[in-house]
Amino acid sequence: MDKKNWPLWEIFIRSKQGLSHKHMGSLHAADEEMAIQNARDVYTRRNEGVSIWVVESKHITASSPAEKDSLYDPANDKVYRHPTFYNLPDELTHI
Amino acid sequence: MSKKLDYILQLADNAMILGHRLSELCGHGPILEQDMAVTNIALDLIGQARSLYQYAAEVEGQGRSEDDMAFMRDAWKFKNALLVEYPNKDFAYTIARQFLFDAYNYPFYKLLAESKDQTLAAIAEKSLKEVTYHLRYSSEWMIRLGDGTEESHQRIQTALNELWMYTGELLEASEADTAMLAEGIGVDLAKIAPLWHQKVDEILSIATLEKPEVKWMQKGGKIGSHTEHLGFLLAEMQYLQRAYPGQEW
Repeated sequence: MDKKNWPLWEIFIRSKQGLSHKHMGSLHAADEEMAIQNARDVYTRRNEGVSIWVVESKHITASSPAEKDSLYDPANDKVYRHPTFYNLPDELTHI
Repeated sequence: MSKKLDYILQLADNAMILGHRLSELCGHGPILEQDMAVTNIALDLIGQARSLYQYAAEVEGQGRSEDDMAFMRDAWKFKNALLVEYPNKDFAYTIARQFLFDAYNYPFYKLLAESKDQTLAAIAEKSLKEVTYHLRYSSEWMIRLGDGTEESHQRIQTALNELWMYTGELLEASEADTAMLAEGIGVDLAKIAPLWHQKVDEILSIATLEKPEVKWMQKGGKIGSHTEHLGFLLAEMQYLQRAYPGQEW
Protein backbone atom coordinates (compact mmCIF):
# COMPACT_ATOMS: atom_id res chain seq x y z
CA MET A 1 0.00 0.00 0.00
CA ASP A 2 1.22 3.42 -0.89
CA LYS A 3 1.27 5.21 2.42
CA LYS A 4 1.95 8.90 2.12
CA ASN A 5 2.92 10.79 5.24
CA TRP A 6 1.90 14.33 6.05
CA PRO A 7 4.72 16.87 6.04
CA LEU A 8 6.59 17.65 9.23
CA TRP A 9 6.13 21.01 10.99
CA GLU A 10 8.28 22.73 13.60
CA ILE A 11 6.26 24.23 16.43
CA PHE A 12 7.13 27.44 18.28
CA ILE A 13 5.12 28.55 21.27
CA ARG A 14 5.23 31.74 23.30
CA SER A 15 4.35 31.22 26.93
CA LYS A 16 2.56 33.75 29.14
CA GLN A 17 5.79 34.89 30.74
CA GLY A 18 8.01 34.48 27.71
CA LEU A 19 8.84 37.30 25.38
CA SER A 20 9.81 35.14 22.46
CA HIS A 21 8.53 32.00 20.83
CA LYS A 22 10.42 28.86 21.82
CA HIS A 23 10.87 25.72 19.80
CA MET A 24 8.71 23.00 21.38
CA GLY A 25 9.14 20.13 18.97
CA SER A 26 7.68 18.92 15.72
CA LEU A 27 4.57 17.15 14.48
CA HIS A 28 2.84 15.98 11.32
CA ALA A 29 -0.05 17.83 9.70
CA ALA A 30 -1.64 18.08 6.28
CA ASP A 31 -1.29 21.88 6.05
CA GLU A 32 -0.49 24.98 8.10
CA GLU A 33 -3.95 25.46 9.57
CA MET A 34 -4.04 21.84 10.72
CA ALA A 35 -0.51 22.20 12.07
CA ILE A 36 -1.73 25.00 14.36
CA GLN A 37 -4.68 22.90 15.51
CA ASN A 38 -2.43 19.90 16.15
CA ALA A 39 0.07 22.07 17.99
CA ARG A 40 -2.74 23.36 20.19
CA ASP A 41 -3.71 19.78 21.02
CA VAL A 42 -0.22 18.38 21.44
CA TYR A 43 1.70 21.23 23.07
CA THR A 44 -0.73 23.57 24.88
CA ARG A 45 -2.75 21.04 26.88
CA ARG A 46 -1.27 22.21 30.16
CA ASN A 47 -1.71 25.91 29.68
CA GLU A 48 1.70 26.43 28.14
CA GLY A 49 1.05 29.02 25.51
CA VAL A 50 -0.55 32.21 24.32
CA SER A 51 0.72 32.16 20.74
CA ILE A 52 1.69 29.47 18.24
CA TRP A 53 3.96 29.67 15.19
CA VAL A 54 4.32 26.79 12.76
CA VAL A 55 6.97 26.41 10.08
CA GLU A 56 7.19 23.53 7.70
CA SER A 57 10.42 21.75 8.58
CA LYS A 58 11.70 21.76 5.03
CA HIS A 59 11.91 25.56 5.14
CA ILE A 60 14.45 25.48 7.94
CA THR A 61 18.06 25.55 6.86
CA ALA A 62 20.30 24.12 9.52
CA SER A 63 24.04 24.38 10.01
CA SER A 64 25.90 21.15 9.57
CA PRO A 65 27.38 19.43 12.66
CA ALA A 66 30.45 18.65 10.53
CA GLU A 67 31.20 22.37 10.31
CA LYS A 68 31.24 22.75 14.09
CA ASP A 69 34.99 23.38 14.24
CA SER A 70 35.10 26.10 11.65
CA LEU A 71 31.91 27.80 12.79
CA TYR A 72 32.31 27.88 16.57
CA ASP A 73 35.87 27.13 17.66
CA PRO A 74 37.33 30.44 16.48
CA ALA A 75 35.22 32.18 19.14
CA ASN A 76 36.86 30.17 21.92
CA ASP A 77 40.04 32.23 22.32
CA LYS A 78 38.43 35.67 21.95
CA VAL A 79 37.55 36.38 25.54
CA TYR A 80 37.64 40.13 24.86
CA ARG A 81 34.26 39.74 23.18
CA HIS A 82 32.73 39.24 26.61
CA PRO A 83 32.12 42.45 28.53
CA THR A 84 34.25 41.30 31.48
CA PHE A 85 37.07 43.83 31.25
CA TYR A 86 35.30 46.81 32.70
CA ASN A 87 35.69 47.93 36.29
CA LEU A 88 32.24 48.43 37.66
CA PRO A 89 31.62 51.02 40.37
CA ASP A 90 30.58 49.41 43.67
CA GLU A 91 27.28 51.32 43.74
CA LEU A 92 26.15 49.47 40.64
CA THR A 93 24.18 46.37 41.55
CA HIS A 94 22.21 43.73 39.67
CA ILE A 95 24.82 43.32 36.94
CA MET B 1 -39.34 19.57 38.52
CA SER B 2 -39.01 16.32 36.57
CA LYS B 3 -39.15 18.15 33.23
CA LYS B 4 -36.15 20.16 34.35
CA LEU B 5 -34.35 16.97 35.32
CA ASP B 6 -35.15 15.48 31.90
CA TYR B 7 -33.83 18.61 30.25
CA ILE B 8 -30.53 18.55 32.13
CA LEU B 9 -30.15 14.85 31.38
CA GLN B 10 -30.67 15.47 27.66
CA LEU B 11 -27.66 17.77 27.73
CA ALA B 12 -25.59 15.66 30.12
CA ASP B 13 -26.20 12.42 28.21
CA ASN B 14 -25.28 14.03 24.87
CA ALA B 15 -21.95 15.12 26.35
CA MET B 16 -21.32 11.83 28.17
CA ILE B 17 -22.13 9.49 25.29
CA LEU B 18 -20.29 11.48 22.64
CA GLY B 19 -17.37 11.89 25.01
CA HIS B 20 -17.27 8.16 25.62
CA ARG B 21 -17.47 7.42 21.90
CA LEU B 22 -14.48 9.65 21.26
CA SER B 23 -12.59 8.16 24.20
CA GLU B 24 -12.80 4.78 22.47
CA LEU B 25 -10.29 6.18 19.99
CA CYS B 26 -7.70 6.82 22.71
CA GLY B 27 -4.65 4.90 21.55
CA HIS B 28 -6.39 4.02 18.28
CA GLY B 29 -6.41 7.35 16.45
CA PRO B 30 -5.35 7.32 12.81
CA ILE B 31 -2.21 9.28 13.67
CA LEU B 32 -0.67 10.46 16.95
CA GLU B 33 -1.74 14.09 16.56
CA GLN B 34 -5.35 13.17 15.83
CA ASP B 35 -5.39 10.62 18.63
CA MET B 36 -4.61 13.47 21.01
CA ALA B 37 -6.99 15.92 19.35
CA VAL B 38 -9.92 13.52 19.57
CA THR B 39 -9.22 12.49 23.16
CA ASN B 40 -8.88 16.17 24.14
CA ILE B 41 -12.40 16.71 22.84
CA ALA B 42 -13.53 13.58 24.70
CA LEU B 43 -12.14 15.04 27.94
CA ASP B 44 -13.90 18.37 27.35
CA LEU B 45 -17.20 16.59 26.83
CA ILE B 46 -16.84 14.29 29.83
CA GLY B 47 -16.00 17.36 31.92
CA GLN B 48 -19.20 19.05 30.71
CA ALA B 49 -21.13 15.87 31.48
CA ARG B 50 -19.79 15.87 35.04
CA SER B 51 -20.99 19.42 35.73
CA LEU B 52 -24.39 18.62 34.26
CA TYR B 53 -24.76 15.30 36.12
CA GLN B 54 -23.86 17.00 39.40
CA TYR B 55 -26.58 19.53 38.75
CA ALA B 56 -29.03 16.82 37.67
CA ALA B 57 -28.40 14.91 40.90
CA GLU B 58 -28.96 18.09 42.90
CA VAL B 59 -32.20 18.90 41.07
CA GLU B 60 -33.42 15.33 41.50
CA GLY B 61 -32.76 15.50 45.25
CA GLN B 62 -32.60 11.74 45.84
CA GLY B 63 -29.05 11.76 47.13
CA ARG B 64 -27.61 10.24 43.98
CA SER B 65 -24.14 11.20 42.75
CA GLU B 66 -22.82 12.15 39.32
CA ASP B 67 -21.40 8.62 39.06
CA ASP B 68 -24.83 7.10 39.74
CA MET B 69 -26.24 9.22 36.95
CA ALA B 70 -23.62 8.12 34.44
CA PHE B 71 -23.07 4.52 35.43
CA MET B 72 -26.20 3.21 37.14
CA ARG B 73 -28.93 4.16 34.68
CA ASP B 74 -30.09 1.78 31.95
CA ALA B 75 -30.26 2.58 28.26
CA TRP B 76 -33.94 3.60 28.24
CA LYS B 77 -33.23 6.22 30.89
CA PHE B 78 -30.64 7.92 28.70
CA LYS B 79 -31.92 10.95 26.83
CA ASN B 80 -29.07 11.66 24.42
CA ALA B 81 -29.69 12.21 20.72
CA LEU B 82 -29.28 9.09 18.55
CA LEU B 83 -26.55 10.83 16.56
CA VAL B 84 -24.02 10.80 19.39
CA GLU B 85 -24.32 7.07 20.11
CA TYR B 86 -23.48 6.15 16.51
CA PRO B 87 -20.26 4.07 16.38
CA ASN B 88 -16.95 5.58 15.28
CA LYS B 89 -16.69 3.18 12.31
CA ASP B 90 -13.92 5.11 10.53
CA PHE B 91 -12.42 8.59 10.79
CA ALA B 92 -14.94 10.00 8.27
CA TYR B 93 -17.89 8.85 10.41
CA THR B 94 -16.20 10.18 13.54
CA ILE B 95 -15.69 13.60 11.96
CA ALA B 96 -19.11 13.81 10.27
CA ARG B 97 -20.86 12.90 13.54
CA GLN B 98 -18.78 15.47 15.41
CA PHE B 99 -19.42 18.21 12.89
CA LEU B 100 -23.19 17.65 12.70
CA PHE B 101 -23.33 17.74 16.49
CA ASP B 102 -20.96 20.70 16.98
CA ALA B 103 -22.90 22.79 14.44
CA TYR B 104 -25.90 22.27 16.74
CA ASN B 105 -24.11 22.40 20.07
CA TYR B 106 -22.30 25.69 19.48
CA PRO B 107 -25.37 27.91 18.91
CA PHE B 108 -27.18 25.87 21.57
CA TYR B 109 -24.69 26.69 24.32
CA LYS B 110 -24.49 30.26 23.13
CA LEU B 111 -28.20 30.68 23.78
CA LEU B 112 -28.16 28.56 26.94
CA ALA B 113 -25.62 31.00 28.40
CA GLU B 114 -28.55 33.46 28.57
CA SER B 115 -30.75 31.01 30.49
CA LYS B 116 -32.69 32.21 33.52
CA ASP B 117 -31.22 29.22 35.35
CA GLN B 118 -27.92 30.48 36.74
CA THR B 119 -26.25 27.09 36.97
CA LEU B 120 -27.08 26.09 33.40
CA ALA B 121 -26.02 29.52 32.17
CA ALA B 122 -22.68 29.17 33.96
CA ILE B 123 -22.06 25.65 32.63
CA ALA B 124 -22.97 26.85 29.13
CA GLU B 125 -20.61 29.79 29.32
CA LYS B 126 -17.72 27.61 30.41
CA SER B 127 -18.50 24.92 27.83
CA LEU B 128 -18.87 27.39 25.00
CA LYS B 129 -15.12 28.01 24.82
CA GLU B 130 -14.52 24.30 24.40
CA VAL B 131 -17.36 23.82 21.94
CA THR B 132 -16.09 26.72 19.84
CA TYR B 133 -12.86 24.82 19.33
CA HIS B 134 -14.69 21.53 18.66
CA LEU B 135 -16.65 23.18 15.87
CA ARG B 136 -13.51 24.67 14.38
CA TYR B 137 -11.75 21.31 14.54
CA SER B 138 -14.56 19.29 12.96
CA SER B 139 -15.29 21.97 10.33
CA GLU B 140 -11.67 22.05 9.18
CA TRP B 141 -11.65 18.27 8.90
CA MET B 142 -14.94 18.22 6.94
CA ILE B 143 -13.32 20.59 4.45
CA ARG B 144 -10.12 18.60 4.17
CA LEU B 145 -11.80 15.24 3.79
CA GLY B 146 -14.47 16.58 1.40
CA ASP B 147 -12.07 18.58 -0.72
CA GLY B 148 -9.22 16.09 -0.32
CA THR B 149 -8.66 12.97 -2.35
CA GLU B 150 -11.28 11.04 -4.31
CA GLU B 151 -11.37 8.41 -1.59
CA SER B 152 -11.64 10.84 1.34
CA HIS B 153 -14.42 12.70 -0.51
CA GLN B 154 -16.37 9.53 -1.10
CA ARG B 155 -15.93 8.32 2.48
CA ILE B 156 -17.04 11.55 4.15
CA GLN B 157 -20.01 11.86 1.77
CA THR B 158 -21.07 8.29 2.65
CA ALA B 159 -20.77 9.03 6.37
CA LEU B 160 -22.77 12.24 5.97
CA ASN B 161 -25.54 10.47 4.04
CA GLU B 162 -25.80 7.73 6.62
CA LEU B 163 -25.81 10.02 9.67
CA TRP B 164 -28.19 12.57 8.20
CA MET B 165 -31.38 10.86 9.38
CA TYR B 166 -30.26 11.31 12.98
CA THR B 167 -29.98 15.10 12.74
CA GLY B 168 -33.74 15.78 12.73
CA GLU B 169 -34.31 15.14 16.41
CA LEU B 170 -31.57 17.57 17.44
CA LEU B 171 -33.78 20.39 16.22
CA GLU B 172 -37.13 18.94 17.26
CA ALA B 173 -38.45 19.93 20.66
CA SER B 174 -39.18 17.23 23.22
CA GLU B 175 -41.67 17.77 26.03
CA ALA B 176 -38.79 18.79 28.25
CA ASP B 177 -37.51 21.25 25.63
CA THR B 178 -40.94 22.87 25.31
CA ALA B 179 -41.54 23.03 29.05
CA MET B 180 -38.13 24.56 29.79
CA LEU B 181 -38.44 27.07 26.96
CA ALA B 182 -41.73 28.24 28.47
CA GLU B 183 -39.97 28.84 31.78
CA GLY B 184 -37.16 30.82 30.20
CA ILE B 185 -34.65 28.14 31.17
CA GLY B 186 -34.33 26.17 27.94
CA VAL B 187 -33.17 27.12 24.47
CA ASP B 188 -35.58 27.81 21.61
CA LEU B 189 -34.72 25.11 19.05
CA ALA B 190 -36.61 27.08 16.38
CA LYS B 191 -33.81 29.64 16.69
CA ILE B 192 -31.11 26.96 16.47
CA ALA B 193 -32.44 25.32 13.29
CA PRO B 194 -31.62 28.14 10.82
CA LEU B 195 -28.18 28.61 12.42
CA TRP B 196 -27.47 24.89 12.13
CA HIS B 197 -28.50 24.80 8.47
CA GLN B 198 -26.49 27.91 7.72
CA LYS B 199 -23.31 26.44 9.23
CA VAL B 200 -23.81 23.05 7.60
CA ASP B 201 -24.48 24.64 4.18
CA GLU B 202 -21.43 26.88 4.53
CA ILE B 203 -19.02 24.07 5.38
CA LEU B 204 -20.46 21.52 2.94
CA SER B 205 -20.14 24.03 0.14
CA ILE B 206 -16.45 24.71 0.90
CA ALA B 207 -15.92 20.96 1.32
CA THR B 208 -17.55 20.30 -2.10
CA LEU B 209 -20.01 17.92 -0.42
CA GLU B 210 -23.67 17.36 -1.26
CA LYS B 211 -26.31 18.01 1.37
CA PRO B 212 -28.03 14.62 1.71
CA GLU B 213 -31.55 14.41 0.36
CA VAL B 214 -32.69 12.08 3.09
CA LYS B 215 -36.10 13.29 4.19
CA TRP B 216 -37.03 10.66 6.74
CA MET B 217 -35.67 11.30 10.18
CA GLN B 218 -35.14 8.68 12.87
CA LYS B 219 -35.85 9.97 16.34
CA GLY B 220 -36.48 8.78 19.88
CA GLY B 221 -33.26 9.44 21.76
CA LYS B 222 -34.69 12.28 23.82
CA ILE B 223 -37.43 9.98 25.18
CA GLY B 224 -35.15 6.99 25.72
CA SER B 225 -35.81 4.94 22.54
CA HIS B 226 -32.30 4.24 21.38
CA THR B 227 -30.53 2.38 18.61
CA GLU B 228 -28.95 -0.97 19.45
CA HIS B 229 -25.56 0.78 19.63
CA LEU B 230 -26.23 2.44 22.99
CA GLY B 231 -26.63 -0.87 24.82
CA PHE B 232 -23.19 -2.05 23.73
CA LEU B 233 -21.66 1.30 24.59
CA LEU B 234 -23.15 1.27 28.10
CA ALA B 235 -22.16 -2.34 28.67
CA GLU B 236 -18.54 -1.28 28.32
CA MET B 237 -18.83 2.14 29.93
CA GLN B 238 -20.76 0.95 33.00
CA TYR B 239 -19.05 -2.40 33.52
CA LEU B 240 -16.77 -1.36 36.35
CA GLN B 241 -19.41 0.40 38.46
CA ARG B 242 -21.87 -2.44 37.87
CA ALA B 243 -19.38 -5.15 38.79
CA TYR B 244 -17.80 -3.27 41.69
CA PRO B 245 -20.38 -0.71 42.87
CA GLY B 246 -19.08 2.39 44.60
CA GLN B 247 -15.56 2.27 43.18
CA GLU B 248 -13.80 5.61 43.27
CA TRP B 249 -10.57 7.05 41.91
